[in-house]
Amino acid sequence: MEITRDRAVWIYERMALIRVFEERVAQLFADGRIAGFVHLYAGEEAVAVGICTHLNDGDFITSTHRGHGHCIAKGVDPGEMMAELFGRLGGSCKGKGGSMHIADVSKGMLGANGIVGGGPPLAAGAALTAKVQGSGAVAVCFFGDGAAEQGTTHEAMNLAAIWKLPVVFVCENNQFAESTPVSYHCAATSIADRAASYNIPGVTVDGYDVVAVYEAAGEAIARARRGDGPSLLEAKTWRYFGHFEGDQITYRTAEQSAAYREHDPLTTFARQAQDRELLQKEDVDRIDADVKKKVEDAIEFAEASPQPAPEDALTDVYVAYR
Amino acid sequence: MAVKTLIEGVREALDEEMARDERVWVLGEDVGKKGGVFLATEGLYARYGEARVLDTPLAESAIVGVAVGSALNGLVPVAEIQFADFIHPAFDQIVSEAARVRYRSNGTWACPLVIRAPFGGGVHGGLYHSQSVEAFYAHVPGLKVVIPSTPEDAKGLLKSAVRDPDPVMFFEHKKTYRLIKGEIPEGEYLTPIGPAVVRREGSKLTCVAWGLMTHYCLEAAESVAGEGISAEVIDLRTLQPLDRETILRSVEKTARAMVVYEDNLTGGFGAEIAAVIAGEGFEHLDAPVTRVAGPDVPAMPFNRAQEEAFMPSPAKIADAMRKLATY
Repeated sequence: MEITRDRAVWIYERMALIRVFEERVAQLFADGRIAGFVHLYAGEEAVAVGICTHLNDGDFITSTHRGHGHCIAKGVDPGEMMAELFGRLGGSCKGKGGSMHIADVSKGMLGANGIVGGGPPLAAGAALTAKVQGSGAVAVCFFGDGAAEQGTTHEAMNLAAIWKLPVVFVCENNQFAESTPVSYHCAATSIADRAASYNIPGVTVDGYDVVAVYEAAGEAIARARRGDGPSLLEAKTWRYFGHFEGDQITYRTAEQSAAYREHDPLTTFARQAQDRELLQKEDVDRIDADVKKKVEDAIEFAEASPQPAPEDALTDVYVAYR
Repeated sequence: MAVKTLIEGVREALDEEMARDERVWVLGEDVGKKGGVFLATEGLYARYGEARVLDTPLAESAIVGVAVGSALNGLVPVAEIQFADFIHPAFDQIVSEAARVRYRSNGTWACPLVIRAPFGGGVHGGLYHSQSVEAFYAHVPGLKVVIPSTPEDAKGLLKSAVRDPDPVMFFEHKKTYRLIKGEIPEGEYLTPIGPAVVRREGSKLTCVAWGLMTHYCLEAAESVAGEGISAEVIDLRTLQPLDRETILRSVEKTARAMVVYEDNLTGGFGAEIAAVIAGEGFEHLDAPVTRVAGPDVPAMPFNRAQEEAFMPSPAKIADAMRKLATY
């Protein structure tokens, strides 16, 4: 699965956009300009981007509480995302949702989700629709290692397997369910090994290597599109920030994080792509500047967006019949 | 007496009960080494070890189910659900299993289980971190439902809950954890499950509340006092079993009643209280029973102004008190 120059540009641009978006959100939160509970995706960019490179607007994803990266990779507008984080009317959910609830059905983004394990059955359902309608679409379910232990995740995988649904379950194993290490909460050595019990393919990839994710995802998604059923893909990864902004991070060390930063997915890919002459240094510099501007534009858009009216809290409960 | 926060009351109760009775154990997501996301269990892991303070995988159904099983044959589990919004996967284990143990065993088995969960809004938690769930469980015979509003009660009621032979749902309003401070008596004491308490005496109307809303009602009562409206505020403390006597005695005196709760208006626990007052105190009433509650929308919105629009506030409660007093 050869990566073209256009694709390399897209991959680097999306990863860089996620990184800058998250770093700016961390600052905005620290400055008190964003409230509530915010879970940042920085460090895990290669997973969302490596997967979503294969998807188009007609395909579906379900996300997690750490959903900003999935949104950006699936094409949700950063301005609308930022406005949602600011609780503004121009946000993806008109300010009702905040960080953990960004959804954009026009992009096939079925929603970040505050419920751990909330997404897998939804992804199976979206895949069922695609199968019934013969649309050729696939669904991708992003979930964390924490969600791997929820009953809903097992239920969804089993059901997707018996019905041969076009869905790919992507476990983003960042090695901690909040503060609890995966070595404690998971009986399996590898989460991907669980695929065997559903009789579906299961592979583990380095979630810091976007090319590896891209290649593994390509096979799984092609299999789903062919009608051969679901797969389980486990991407080993690491989040640079805490579980949530404000987390004291007492459960892992700064040295561990520093070691991951040495293999940073963005710098790794930029180097690989330049070695393979897919990108020039100027491309990388230009993209770095572009995404910074995009994020600043997003913040500007968010701040200019009006506050929703308090009484708008009462809207969108049921459809209105006329 | 020392002034402490509500969450300190929770922590002291757990600590004392674990020290008193080695059958008591704690389980939940991140409750061990981390001490819980709100630090309610901080220090317990170091003091009692991993055999009695168990971090669990992220699986609420199993957390509660395992707790029920261990309660059936000799242990006394205190399960923490990290946010009340996350409790729903455990609904079946609570309603179909825990609540029915005594009934289906002809009273021979007990299920001495406590499930603690922080609930409520006002902290910008948005759709999945703000919910009030008490009405779901107050509907189920076999469960007790307790909601403290002061540090003293948090400790005294939780100690009673641990010693109770039946399953107790113990909901703590997360905004009260550090906001509400008060004196905690020195030494051993228990606050009984069941009795409500009159937090403020009044003669013109009765205001029934629980959790954070108790404090908002007290603020509202204070603000209308200068207008000649004397509001009595009842802190329910236990929703199930409900202290009808205290409510009805108050209504007999004031002839006007309102219920304040943060949950959605329709089918919220305030509806049950309104029905009790209408059904058993009708002849004392000079006005219809009023409910001040959250609107009937699926979740607490994230936007600050909308969250404020959702939450009952001292100002909204005071307005309702004025209307009720002049009905």
